[in-house]
Amino acid sequence: MNDPGELPSGDGAGYYRRMQAAVEELLILKGVVTADDVDRQVEAMAGRDYTRGAKMVARAWVDPAYQARVLADGSAAAAELGLEIGPLRLIVVANTPEVHNVIVCTLCSCYPRMLLGIPPEWYKSRAYRSRVVREPRAVLAEFGTRLPEHIRIRVHDSTADMRYMVLPMRPAGTAGWSEERLASLVTRDALIGVAQLPETV
Amino acid sequence: MRSHHDLGGLPAGRVERDEHEYAQWEQRVDALMMLLSHKDRQLLRVDELRRNIEALGAEAYDRMSYYERWMHAIVQVLIQRGVITIDELGRKMAEGVQDGNR
Amino acid sequence: MGTADAIAPRFRAGDRVRVRAAYPPGHLRTPYYCRGRVGVVERLCGAFANPEELAYNRSGLPAQPLYRVRFRTADLWPDYAENREDVVEIEIYQHWLEQVA
Repeated sequence: MNDPGELPSGDGAGYYRRMQAAVEELLILKGVVTADDVDRQVEAMAGRDYTRGAKMVARAWVDPAYQARVLADGSAAAAELGLEIGPLRLIVVANTPEVHNVIVCTLCSCYPRMLLGIPPEWYKSRAYRSRVVREPRAVLAEFGTRLPEHIRIRVHDSTADMRYMVLPMRPAGTAGWSEERLASLVTRDALIGVAQLPETV
Repeated sequence: MRSHHDLGGLPAGRVERDEHEYAQWEQRVDALMMLLSHKDRQLLRVDELRRNIEALGAEAYDRMSYYERWMHAIVQVLIQRGVITIDELGRKMAEGVQDGNR
Repeated sequence: MGTADAIAPRFRAGDRVRVRAAYPPGHLRTPYYCRGRVGVVERLCGAFANPEELAYNRSGLPAQPLYRVRFRTADLWPDYAENREDVVEIEIYQHWLEQVA
């Protein structure tokens, strides 16, 4: 017997997951993509994270000529290290003793994904996007980052075709360290600008 | 008039320092977006996705999660471009396709 | 010099520019908070297809020069309480910018 109360829900948890599965199936049937294409793309993205940016930072710290190239053309500098970044147009901005950089996309969540992978959830949040252009120090304080009074902040709003990464300052006490060891000091949050690396290690 | 997604400078609460482990289906939405926008296929542009997300309306925009908004937008663009039809999508969803864990 | 595919740049680094105080509907990449504000061109990024058109699957050509424009944060928010030297730098397409003396 037909019981209207048992009709399947067109709603609720899992609706978009079901939509994803259905769309993927349709596109495979139509020969637009293969399941393999999707698997490989998932893997490729999972393989991108902040350690790729950390490599660039470490090289820039040990090689001033490379640092100059990083700041002049971030994409070319990434390619130099064999980091595959597709069409990403990267601008790297350097922290100095006077200037601290912070990255945001107030309009959505633009991030140098092809270099650093998927951004953290908080980077996409309403609170981060709306407040960091308005009260950057208050937001940084929520990340446990307190900047000295005299420091100027540059907030970069990724509104169009460029993507950004911060070049943090090299901690003192690292003379003679290998690039690998230097890279291990770099954090994702320091590349976004909500955190600093220690002044000294 | 300020569009709902155009958030810069608006008052908001604390930044919840969420670190979200993305579910398989969410990673596959991300993958689909990359594949469809790739120059070899050019079946959608990121700008079309953004336009569709921005058109969601305030309540839906706030309620939906990041990848729910993207999934919604991908479908809108594919329908707008005639790559899939609403009818075939509805039928496929009703079939109860296997989870995207391939 | 403009071509069929790209509009000629009008501005250079150091130029003072104002963001037009226009409020059209549609897909825009010029954030609301900088409209009507004056800043300084930090650099020309290149010329890119107009996202307002790309959003409708049109070509967006001829490409628009895209600039990074630096605004004093204190000029964006009347009650800005942090460092008066702080800046916000935003990528803005040429058709949104006007010359300022």
